Amino acid sequence: MEFSDHIKTANVEDVVLRQPLHPPSRGTLCITGHHLLFSEREEGSSQQVLLLLRNIDAIEKSVENLLGYPGFLSNAAHGDRMSGSSGTITIKCKDLRVLQLDIPGMEQCLNISRSIETLSCLDNVSEMYPFFYRPTDLSLQDQWGLSTPEKHYTQMKELHERWRLSSVNKSYSVCPSYPPAVIVPNCIDDETLKKVAKFRQGGRFPVLCYYHRKNGMVIMRSSQPLTGANRKRCKEDELLLQAVIEDSEKGFIIDTRSSQQVQQARMTGGGFESKSFYNCWKRLHRQMERGKALQESLIKLVEACSDESHNVDRWLSKLENSKWLSHVQTALSTAGLLAECVERDGHSALVHGYEGTDCSLLICTLAQLIMDPFCRTLEGFLALLEREWVQAGHPFQQRCAHSAYSHARFQQESPVFLLLLDCVWQLWRQFPLALGFSEALLLRLANEVYASDYGTFLCNNDQDRCALGVKDRTHCLFRALLRPAERDYYSNPLYEPTELAIWPSVHPQSLQLWRGFFLRWTQLAHHLEAVQEEIRSMVIEWARVAQR
Amino acid sequence: MEHIRLPKVENVRLLDRVSPRKSRVGTLYLTATHSIFVESEAGGRSETWVLHSLVSSVDKQAANASGCPLLIRCKNFQILHFSIPREQDCHDVYLSMQRLSQAECYEELYCFSYKPSIDEEERRREWAFVDLKSDYRRMGLPNSLWKLSPVNQHYKVSDTYPDELFVPESATHPILVGSSKFRSRGRFPALSYYSKENHAAICRSSQPLSGFSARCLEDEQMLEATLKSNPRSDFMYVVDTRPKLNAIANRAAGKGYENEDNYSNIKFQFMGIENIHVMRNSQQKMLEVCELRSPSMSDFLEGLESSGWLKHIKAVLDTGVFIAKAVAEGVSVLVHCSDGWDRTAQVCSVACVLLDPYYRTLKGLMVLIEKDWVSFGHKFTQRCNHLVRDSKEVSPIIDQFLECVWQLMEQFPCAFEYNERLLITVHNHIYSCQFGNFIGNNQRERKELRVHERTHSLWSYLWTNRAEFINPLYRQNHSQSQGLLRPSTAPYCFKFWRGLYNHFDCGMHPRQSVEDYLRVIREETQQLEEQLDSHKQKIAQLEQEQGWSDACAEAIFDKSPTVWVFGKNLALANTPQDYTGSFLTSSPCTPKAPGSPLILPPQDSNQTVDSNLSNSSDQESGIADLSCRSPLSEDSTRDPDSDEAAYSAA
Repeated sequence: MEFSDHIKTANVEDVVLRQPLHPPSRGTLCITGHHLLFSEREEGSSQQVLLLLRNIDAIEKSVENLLGYPGFLSNAAHGDRMSGSSGTITIKCKDLRVLQLDIPGMEQCLNISRSIETLSCLDNVSEMYPFFYRPTDLSLQDQWGLSTPEKHYTQMKELHERWRLSSVNKSYSVCPSYPPAVIVPNCIDDETLKKVAKFRQGGRFPVLCYYHRKNGMVIMRSSQPLTGANRKRCKEDELLLQAVIEDSEKGFIIDTRSSQQVQQARMTGGGFESKSFYNCWKRLHRQMERGKALQESLIKLVEACSDESHNVDRWLSKLENSKWLSHVQTALSTAGLLAECVERDGHSALVHGYEGTDCSLLICTLAQLIMDPFCRTLEGFLALLEREWVQAGHPFQQRCAHSAYSHARFQQESPVFLLLLDCVWQLWRQFPLALGFSEALLLRLANEVYASDYGTFLCNNDQDRCALGVKDRTHCLFRALLRPAERDYYSNPLYEPTELAIWPSVHPQSLQLWRGFFLRWTQLAHHLEAVQEEIRSMVIEWARVAQR
Repeated sequence: MEHIRLPKVENVRLLDRVSPRKSRVGTLYLTATHSIFVESEAGGRSETWVLHSLVSSVDKQAANASGCPLLIRCKNFQILHFSIPREQDCHDVYLSMQRLSQAECYEELYCFSYKPSIDEEERRREWAFVDLKSDYRRMGLPNSLWKLSPVNQHYKVSDTYPDELFVPESATHPILVGSSKFRSRGRFPALSYYSKENHAAICRSSQPLSGFSARCLEDEQMLEATLKSNPRSDFMYVVDTRPKLNAIANRAAGKGYENEDNYSNIKFQFMGIENIHVMRNSQQKMLEVCELRSPSMSDFLEGLESSGWLKHIKAVLDTGVFIAKAVAEGVSVLVHCSDGWDRTAQVCSVACVLLDPYYRTLKGLMVLIEKDWVSFGHKFTQRCNHLVRDSKEVSPIIDQFLECVWQLMEQFPCAFEYNERLLITVHNHIYSCQFGNFIGNNQRERKELRVHERTHSLWSYLWTNRAEFINPLYRQNHSQSQGLLRPSTAPYCFKFWRGLYNHFDCGMHPRQSVEDYLRVIREETQQLEEQLDSHKQKIAQLEQEQGWSDACAEAIFDKSPTVWVFGKNLALANTPQDYTGSFLTSSPCTPKAPGSPLILPPQDSNQTVDSNLSNSSDQESGIADLSCRSPLSEDSTRDPDSDEAAYSAA
């Protein structure tokens, strides 16, 4: 391993760590290939901070050459070393924590910061920590993941009459971002699928993502059709969609772009399903922000949250200006619309935008949470994420390489998954008894997606994961979250299953800033966490008494 | 009764504010105290009661094809949109309601006609329930530092002060009288809160009549006496809650603020809370935002910002925090504004909530409102528009106090014994005039009106129904419940209070209530524990008598029926009827038959209104919202393909 090449100074003593909600503490700093370790050296305390370097989004250093240490450290004992120079490193993490390290010695400070800069942005996936993480209570022989498309299909007996499992993508040649097996209408053969794939961006032909048991309606998802400027058509694509709905029925296409955007997309080879060729399908347009715009939105919001000196007016104006809550509102209301099509009006629906790897997944996931009681259980939710995000090919590696603090401006970052977690949190706020998992799970996932010990969110799709042996050489987060202790911790103590759809309210008054995440390192969030503990202990107490 | 031009109108439609396509048809009845809308749908029979004293405005709009619209806005922020078929009927209803909702003299107020079936002795006991003297005793007063002064007996010195006040031990009669002559409306510095632990006190007054240079020896002695009553401290704060500019402007009128050079050992501080006019306009602007039919997120946040409301709430809380910190550090504070009955009442009571866990209990909040608002002469008649008076005197000053408490509750959910529902209920009754507590502007007026002899007290009503108002998360020994609350006043801590300002828009509230769930669990746990204890006793008894075995005892436990009943009831939380029940309506485990009796006795009217609202909306309200926001209609015109129809119409 060449990690050591990047580490000039591995250990520094007498470092002062400042972190939110804690008094400053002095101790030893240690840099390894994947971690930053700080151990407190105060009498009677053995506090340790272990930070995954991958979690570091940005690092700022300021070096002071002339003066001695600040008052806190001005003991004569340390005063004379390195002729009084010192430096401060500010570490901004992807979990929105901001740490400060006062390091004695300018050179050491520069060495440390250089190591962190390099090691936190390694882009070679197989060098990342999940390939080295070996907890004692998990074995690499265990099954990776909760399920597979094959198992999922086998379990869904209701599907078998009209739907089949196709392995046309066995070698990822038809669609590089799809899993090897997908569910398609029975009457559509693999040859047809191959033709349809050529007509859809990135080969993402329409596949089944959800079957609504109550009325047999389905949600399909895909990417945009490549109709182009001269309105090309594809008979096989039309056939496939026709096969989704029975003869006389009507289906809805929910396009996550505005009708203007759709027209523009034709100029660059994309397009939409024209009424004349798909006459049983009605298109509905809901413009959803994605990509860079979403990333900018997150950056603005985090910036607004990190300054406590604003007055209320400025805060509200920055909150508005970030547009984050508008994106939450749009996502929830589009998902509501989709669920309405399926659950209330009894129609099947196809969802797509451009590539079909971001907003389409977002609203399909939310719609399933709204409609399907099983998806609201802890296992069900994790399985849903595995199916709709990991297997369905959300490009995690591109989208989550950096978060709100990074100075590097890559083209591909976009917090779509974070937006999903926020929307799920809003659902939980409105239906606090209906979800089987807790806010703590959403917070944990928000961490893991950016920096993880586990391999679950590595790579951009199944093909990459296979190529790198992710499933053989890393552990799976979802399985780890279902170990007994974790399952306990991430369960909602108030959970009361309901068969009904949970329709979210999307009034601005009903949506709130996700304080638990965006203000996580403040005193406020601290108090609110205490409340969740209080609730849990009340329920445990009740269960204990009730059992006697 | 003579004001009712039309007692009954049929075929009236009550429109749903959020989705106007949904409406209910029924009959509108006008009575002396209420207007009642009774839905005529065969199944429904739901009722909506509007108390006339809660109506803040009645607006008649131009007639359209479906009838003549009548818009009723209430002081509890309920908005009712009726459509009456005949223009003449609408006009009659309009005139009647306008007159009925604007009391011209105290005698017309609802509290004097509100006669629940409670006997006279009981009624008198109601008024003894909250006793300010016992609160001062709780603080440890009188003692060697503070004495009860008779100086204001018969309201001789200040007609807006109570007749009993605590003043520094060394403040002699001439000092008090002299000081009162140097203060607006005679409101000399008097004690509001005293800390037993460190002797620091909060005193309150009105502004000094200092003009540009006037001095008053007695007033200076009065402050010295106040400082002397805090033996461990060598200075005190004088907090002027006004913006500096306002205070300076007052000097031209012979009023103003304390000159630090004239008073020994004071530290003077301006706070910058705006006046009643600014607050009134700000709330008005915020309510306009709440009323928007389907605002975008940006509309809402921009509107909220430009109303400035949360900025004002922060200013009040910031000042409360300043005072509480000073007292916690052992420094006494004298607080005033102009007259000392608006901003001063706000910040003194907020500081009390922060300082003393007692005021975070149900009884404590009642005592606090009785002390700093009722007894010290907050002008409820003008501020709450109880009687037709100058509209420029109306201002939501006490709303802001209640909201500050709510903002604190949001930060410290385990620190308060009472819940949001209590704050909303108190707010409702401050304006409803159903109880005598907030009638009149000061103690003197209330005595003249014989309020305590002729009306009922809200506090004992709330106490009787306290089960509804208890926060299940409150534990006396929880870390949040101890000592001084240290809230964060970072801007992001201030939230829009949906529960109050959009209280009646059921679709906006969480569809399930954690609080109700926990309340049931808490009651259940207590019950089970009691049961367990009694079983244990029984077993011990039986074992003594007959030597029963343990196996038998276990069989007894298994029969405990409550667990089963409980489990079943909880399932109800998720049925469609209960969905929108939100947190103010019947909880899953206190089954109130929906829409049972046709006419309820007036004392239940508030609950009636609530439960009716819950009946009116159903699971589908959420759906409708999604589709009515659809931008489809615009899009389809631009699309040459034009194959979409508005989904909402489908």
